[in-house]
Amino acid sequence: MIFETVLITALCILMLAILANLYRVVKGPSSADRVQALDSVGINLIASIAVFSVLLHTHAFFDLILLIGILSFIGTVAFARFIERGVVIERKR
Amino acid sequence: MKFTDVFLQTSTKILVFIIMTFSIFILFAGHHNPGGGFIGGLITSSALVLLYITFDLQTVRDIIPVDFNQLAAGGVIVSVLTGTASFLFHVPFLTQTFTYVDLPLLGNTELASAVIFDLGVYMTVIGTTMTIITSISEDEK
Repeated sequence: MIFETVLITALCILMLAILANLYRVVKGPSSADRVQALDSVGINLIASIAVFSVLLHTHAFFDLILLIGILSFIGTVAFARFIERGVVIERKR
Repeated sequence: MKFTDVFLQTSTKILVFIIMTFSIFILFAGHHNPGGGFIGGLITSSALVLLYITFDLQTVRDIIPVDFNQLAAGGVIVSVLTGTASFLFHVPFLTQTFTYVDLPLLGNTELASAVIFDLGVYMTVIGTTMTIITSISEDEK
């Protein structure tokens, strides 16, 4: 029972971290701030899913952790490419 | 000014193999665990999108000479043929079966006919997604 209390406390702290990131998404002066805050939200989401799968005694969500990692990386790279060059996929270098 | 994305290109060369391996794992794990053809195809096309972002459209088209329209059509054909193959055994359309076979390297393995249907779904999802993305990205400015 004390173990579940620790896990729920960790989830609450992760929720506070996501809220702090969402403040930066809304308030951020430049678009690079918003992209980086969204990437950080993805990382906090991965940690939340890991804590949830410990809490629910299942390993059905372990693929989801890797999947969100991949999708967050590709989304951040695409946005960075768009900020840097104005085009995501170039036709010819 | 000429950019050279050394960090992005070097990490892409490693990450594409990891993502492709993960997508094949998801495709074949879909019979007993979460996963399947749809999400496997989406992960494979995300690996291809990472290649398209890092390099350009012409380079990736040279190293992966696959017509994604034909890949989508081939996936639909594979799925339909898996359904009609059940008529050969006098059972209804899309009936699936499984058996246990002793494979030389893998041991006692369960082979299900639903995997071939999943393979058709996988090819169709890759073909459709990559057709959408490449046809959007190759229009003139």
